[in-house]
Amino acid sequence: MPTQAEHTEYMYLRPTKKFPNVWCAGCGIGIVMGALIRAIDRIGLEKDDVALVSGIGCTGRMPVYMDFNTIHTTHGRALAFATGLKIAKPKMKVITIMGDGDAMAIGGNHFIHAARRNIGIAAIVVNNAIYGMTGGQYSPTTPVGAKAATAPYGNIEPPMPICEVAKAAGATYVARSTVYHAVELDRFIEQAIRKNGFSLVEAVSYCPTTYGRMNKLGTTVDMMRQLKEDSVSMTAAEKLSPEEREKKIVRGVMHDVEKPEYTQLYEELIQRVQQAQPANLVNI
Amino acid sequence: MQGNEAVSWGAIAAGCKFFAGYPITPSTEIAEMLSRELPKVGGKFIQMEDEIASLAACIGASVGGLKSLTATSGPGFSLMQEHIGYAAMTEIPVVIVDVQRLGPSTGQPTSASQGDVMQTRWGTHGDHPIIVLCPVSVSQSFDLTVKAFNYSEKYRTPVILLLDEVVGHMREKIDLPEFESVERVERIATDVPPEWYKPYGDSLSDVPPMANFGEGYRYHITGLFHDVLGYPTTRLDEIDPWIQRVHRKIERNLNDITLIEEDLSENDKTVVVTYGASARSARHAVKLARQRRTKVGMVTLLTIWPFAEAEISRVARIAKRIIVPEMNLGQLALEVERVAGRNKVVRVNRANGEMVTPQMILEAIEDR
Repeated sequence: MPTQAEHTEYMYLRPTKKFPNVWCAGCGIGIVMGALIRAIDRIGLEKDDVALVSGIGCTGRMPVYMDFNTIHTTHGRALAFATGLKIAKPKMKVITIMGDGDAMAIGGNHFIHAARRNIGIAAIVVNNAIYGMTGGQYSPTTPVGAKAATAPYGNIEPPMPICEVAKAAGATYVARSTVYHAVELDRFIEQAIRKNGFSLVEAVSYCPTTYGRMNKLGTTVDMMRQLKEDSVSMTAAEKLSPEEREKKIVRGVMHDVEKPEYTQLYEELIQRVQQAQPANLVNI
Repeated sequence: MQGNEAVSWGAIAAGCKFFAGYPITPSTEIAEMLSRELPKVGGKFIQMEDEIASLAACIGASVGGLKSLTATSGPGFSLMQEHIGYAAMTEIPVVIVDVQRLGPSTGQPTSASQGDVMQTRWGTHGDHPIIVLCPVSVSQSFDLTVKAFNYSEKYRTPVILLLDEVVGHMREKIDLPEFESVERVERIATDVPPEWYKPYGDSLSDVPPMANFGEGYRYHITGLFHDVLGYPTTRLDEIDPWIQRVHRKIERNLNDITLIEEDLSENDKTVVVTYGASARSARHAVKLARQRRTKVGMVTLLTIWPFAEAEISRVARIAKRIIVPEMNLGQLALEVERVAGRNKVVRVNRANGEMVTPQMILEAIEDR
């Protein structure tokens, strides 16, 4: 067993923050937090050069534990705050951390427009298919038929495909993995942070406390095993029939292209304007 | 130039380097002008997907160290309430312009109104302090924009600049000052080592120094109640001092914040108390009344929140009647009534998109 000092993760946790964290025992969010820290450590970023911006919900509580510039904003608006911060500090690595309800329901508009602008923000969406903090109401990613606190007779709304929405909206890096595949998740988050443009990582997780209980999915270990069995890599998915693929969580890098990044385009715009027209302010 | 243009120049003069907004009549000229002018001074403009995102982006940019502005009108201002509360809770400087139009709802986009007075004060949920400035003329639109930025930085608070459609779109000649000569207030920076920094700690002025992100002070910002380090708290002994301090930081500086114009004498038994475009009608009415040798005074509130309680209370000791003309069905009149007593206050209201006329005010002055 490594000691505390040898654990990479401990070097990035806040010495002044009182633990334990708010998450239930067995929650998958902590695994994503670990993956994020390992990715940042692997890139070798200075703590001062990283900003974590989150929304509201279980996932939104993640930044408070980590020793970076952290801002816990309002429900769904993490990307809008992050947009302003990234424009003010273009050299800073701005990372948003959202849940599925946070990013895709109340924050859906900000999500598609941040992707469309291709602003250099790495967005991590922890998808546990439920509103956990408020007690297990159905979210935009809850599967059809699943039970939730507000879907006692089973959900009838089709789920939102997060990665496909991001790709269609203009994101330049899109990847999906699960909290069971922690090593893969480390790698995807690292690639997302390195990307010069809007990048998205969907981290498929589970909620043993609400969703798991209401749908009789067993213990945390059972739900973790389910993630392993239900997910396939992109190459394996290609061999499946469309009907079979529909039932699976497809893991992998779905999309990776180069497009001009927003804040760089704006810096160029400023240079262009200032060269053509030196500040001719009234009375200046 | 227009009031909206004067606001834009005021922002540049005050050192504004970021604007995020969403098009809406009758405030759009501010966005259009700053999209043109900000890049010239190295500033940045972005058109966001809605007004919620606009104010969020402004707060994000302010955390990154840029003086930030957004501008909107009633429907967009309703959407901004969420983040006015967030800025108040997190004590992040930001300036919000609301050029009022006739409401409720989509209402009448090109008609004048002063219907947002109470919304600027209580639109967002929870107890919070707020500063709201209200210009009467185009040149005041410039001056008060600069003031709005300065108060915002000085007191770490959101400041609302409340125009109405008349002042926003009206054209007047103004003399712009040399921008270098305009007084600019910067947020108080911290000088302690990072490990000592308390983003919400006590300070003698009740305004804790603010470190911008990326400058070596890594700390946490949250819209939850927080302790002096910025971490969420449910402890009463941390919530209580916070709510007391943020109110105190405004209340103890009322002398600095309360901007008011008085045209009064000891003999004025009737006094018109007004603000915004209604002050223009009132000015004319008072002039006509004085030509008829009626003793009448006038008080124009440039700061409408916090309400000028001490000043109006002093007026109420002299005046027998206080006339409050407004382009709404009586909003600031409620405050005047609270301070002066209901039986002294005469309301002159119009809420159909047209200005309160000088004639309406004159009739109220003469009606004894």
